Parts: sequence; C-alpha cells; structure tokens
Amino acid sequence: MIREITLGQYYPVDSVLHRLDPRTKLFGTMVFIVSLFLANSLASYGIATLFLVLSIRLSKVPFSFMVRGLRAILFLLLISVSFNLFLTPGIEIFRIGFLKITWEGVRLAGFMALRLIYLVIGSSIMTLTTTPNQLTDGLEKSLGFLKRVKVPVHEISMMMSIALRFIPILVEETDKIMKAQMARGADFESGNLIQKARNMVPLLVPLFISAFRRATDLAMAMEARCYHGGDGRTKMKPLCYARRDRITYLVYLIYLVMIVLVRFS
Amino acid sequence: MEQKLQKRSRRQKLPHGKGADGAMGIIRASRLIYDYIRRDEDDHVEEVNRAIDGLDLDIQAGDFVAILGHNGSGKSTFAKQVNGILLPTEGIVWISGMNTADDDHIWDIRKTAGMVFQNPDNQIIGNIVEEDVGFGPENLGVPTDEIWRRVDESLAAVGMTAYRLKSPNKLSGGQKQRVAIAGVMAMKPQCIILDEPTAMLDPNGRKEVIRTVHELNKKEGITVLLITHYMEEVIEADRVIVMDDGHLVMDGTPREVFSHVKELKGYRLDVPQVTELAYELRQEGVMLPDGILTIEELIDHLLPIFEMEKDGAL
Repeated sequence: MIREITLGQYYPVDSVLHRLDPRTKLFGTMVFIVSLFLANSLASYGIATLFLVLSIRLSKVPFSFMVRGLRAILFLLLISVSFNLFLTPGIEIFRIGFLKITWEGVRLAGFMALRLIYLVIGSSIMTLTTTPNQLTDGLEKSLGFLKRVKVPVHEISMMMSIALRFIPILVEETDKIMKAQMARGADFESGNLIQKARNMVPLLVPLFISAFRRATDLAMAMEARCYHGGDGRTKMKPLCYARRDRITYLVYLIYLVMIVLVRFS
Repeated sequence: MEQKLQKRSRRQKLPHGKGADGAMGIIRASRLIYDYIRRDEDDHVEEVNRAIDGLDLDIQAGDFVAILGHNGSGKSTFAKQVNGILLPTEGIVWISGMNTADDDHIWDIRKTAGMVFQNPDNQIIGNIVEEDVGFGPENLGVPTDEIWRRVDESLAAVGMTAYRLKSPNKLSGGQKQRVAIAGVMAMKPQCIILDEPTAMLDPNGRKEVIRTVHELNKKEGITVLLITHYMEEVIEADRVIVMDDGHLVMDGTPREVFSHVKELKGYRLDVPQVTELAYELRQEGVMLPDGILTIEELIDHLLPIFEMEKDGAL
C-alpha cells in the first residue's frame, strides 16, 4: 500500500496548465504572490479573484483538491483573523467586555483571510499541475544564473530528484524495520514524548545505515553510467517555451500592471 | 608492450566471425592484482586484503561468459575492475584496447562496458522508467532526438516498452533489473557486466532477467559477463570461469566445468541439480557420461540404460 504513495500532490489530468512549462508556472505563482501583497482594495482583490478563478478553471483540477491545502493553515488563519479583528484601533461597531470590533478591523481581517487563502490556493494550483520532477527541472533551469556565483544548481536539483525517487523506498523500509522491531518487542506507541523519541532509536539506526548503503550503491551505479556532473550533459526532456508559455507570460504582465495601476492610482 | 603481454585464452572460440580479429579480446586482464587496503585514521595501512591475485583472462567479443565463485572469491571485485570503478593495484585491464587505468578513456570504457548491479532499487536514478533509461545517454552528451531513439530501442530490446511511463517503484524486481539493463543498453555498450543481477529476485524474476540477457547476447551480439552463484544460470553460457580466492581455477564450456563435480565442491560451489544427480548415479556405477546439464539430457541417457536393464532381466 505504501508503494502507492505519490509525492507532492500532482493531480494527473491533461489541461493547458499541466502542459505549461514549469518555469512559466513558477514565475506565475511568484507574480500572484507579489500581487496579493500589493492588493489593498476591493478592486484589486476583485482582479486577483478573477485571475484565480480563471486559473482554477483552466487547470481542470476539482476545486475540493485545492481547498484541502487550507486545512493546514486553518489555525494560522483563525489567529490572524481574530487578532486583526479585535486589535485594530478605529471606529467601534461592537463590544464584548474588553474586546471590541472596529470597521478597520473587519476590513483588515477580511483582507488578511483572503490573502492567506489565495496564497495557499494559488501555490497549490502550481503543485497540483506540475510533477515534482518538472518542478525540479524548472527550478534548475530558472536558477541557472546562480551558477555564475558558484551555487551548485545542477547538483542541488539532482539531489532533489534523487530524494524524490528514494523517499517512497525509505518509507517502505521504515515500515519494514518497524514491523521487524515490533516483532521483537519494540514499543513505538506508549510513553511520553521523550520516551517515544528514545524508542525511535532502534528504528532510526538501521534506517540510517541502510540509507548510507543505498547512497554508496547509487553513487557507484551513477558513475558506472558515466555521470560526471552537469558539464556536457544533455537533456532527454529539455525545457523549451512554446507559444502557450509566451501568451501566459503576457497574461501575467497584464495582470500585474492592472494590480499596480489599481494600487497606485 | 601490449604485444608482449598478450596471452591467449585457454580456449579459443571464434564462431561465425564473433571476435574474428582473434588476437585481442574485448576484455583482457593481465596479471591483475587487487588489494583492498584498510587504513586507520593516520593513513597507516591496517589491513591488506588481496581480492584478486594474478588473474589472466581474455574474453572474446560476442561471448556469453559466466563467472562463478563463492563469496569472497574476487568475482565482484573483478566486475568492478572491468569498467574502471576499481583500478588494479598491479597488472593491467584492457577494455577493447583501452587501459582502465588511463584517465582519458574512463568514460569511453564505462560506455563500452556497461554494468548492472545486484540491488535493483539502488541503481535506478530516474523517477520514471524512460527517464532512467535516458540517464546514461544524457551523461554522455547525446543529442535529445538521439536519446529518445536510444530509449525506445533499449526499452524494446528488454521488452519494457509498455512500462515506460511507470514509476520504477511500482515494478517487480525482475522488471527493475530489465530497466537497469535497458539503461546500460542505451549507452550502446559492446559489453555488459552483470554483477549478481538475480541475487535479490524471486525465481520468476531470475528467469526473466537471464532470458533478457541471453536475447541481447544473441540478437545484438553484446558480450555478456554474468557474475553469479546460481548454477542454473550458467548452463547456457558459452564459457564458464570459476574463481576461488582471487585466482582463476577453472575455465571452459559449462559441460567441461561441470564434469568436475568434485573439484567444484572443493571450491564450495554446487553443481546444477541434474548434474549432481547424474554424478551420484555414476558414483553408484550407472553408465552415464560426465557433465550432464539438463533434465532432457539425463533422460536421453537414462532411457537406453533402462531399456538394456529390461532386456537383460528378460
């Protein structure tokens, strides 16, 4: 069963957004995030909402999948909304004891909630339509300029994609070791936090040893297949922009200009 | 110098132009010695373990060669010598004329002699089957169109085309090893070294992998060096080499090697079950020839004996 886990939350359907170059989507997500921090009026949030709804429609991913990510930030959302609601000074509209709600508070809390929700939905559109591998490739290529300042971009992205490959294997292995230790009387469930952490030792030690062994093996296998870093390496699936990417960039530009205009006019 | 060190293998096999240039095999080792050296923290030698001790070997292009040996016989160490993962302590290894110790040729050598390892999980790099097969050519700097062509061909050659978009995690062990073989094939090697490729597989996976390797040997003319300790896998090899304690101790066709049951047992090796049965029968006085390898062969030899016995009894 553990074999079936998929990483990230890629939702495999065929849509325009799925086919976009990962770099385009990365850039788009950044544009959207920036726009959310620029937005400060109903009009600008209106434009952002329009942009978001359009993207959701184009992605063909069910809306319920995007909302799922919100559960993780529910607590954060509640805190920031209530702080803004109760602690913003201004014209009072309601009061219970020392807690007062102001017009400005309602406005700020509303915007804050929208901003957080849009942030999560906006970035999950990217992760839902891009495989982790494409994402790594996209990052490698768009951060390529960092190579000039000696940042090992290729190596980092290779490590990321190897990690993606091995996480399911290691999860499975953890499961196996856990069962083996439990069969010999290990207890992973009872006790307080410190005891629990201590009980993890017989799980972690074999897991680490095995991971290191795998790493040695893999390094040897990679060398045997002539891996020698990013120099002189070609790509089986090179990233190249298509017409749809250029159009998308144009859409981003128009969107950003509109947000900026609304903000500073 | 190469001429001087040249040494003919004990058995010259040149069928149908395979290695017809004759003189020099695709893999050649001359007085090869390899020491595993363990050093302490101050770089003093703590322990020297001689894994290969004066090995002379010459393997002809196109052959299917199996190397047998007990644990610690040096067979895996030799495999790693062949594509320059380990370099000789003394002596020389040539891969199609290139010295493995020569830094300038290391990538050519690894390209010529591809390697498949024991653990199927620890040698697959890609997250998708086809990407993994493309990994080798990517490293060699092959242009994109050519990579795709090679990936298509290699996957077809090992019969894994249907799985090309699958995650390697969802394949069986045998399928993973076939993907690993395809990954090597995509580098267009002349020779594949398989270091106990079936040790972690179930019987079906073992058969699957060995069949694939035989097909590559026959159809594509790839030289195969199969390192194993499963006797059943070497029966169909062109040549069997037995190693013990770093030395080459037996060399010949499977039939020749398996004729020496007693000697093999001395090297802590088993013989195929049928061969063992035939050997035991011979010890008991049944008139059977040496080196019976398959069940069919044994039946063919036993039937006339039964017939005779029946006639004799009547």
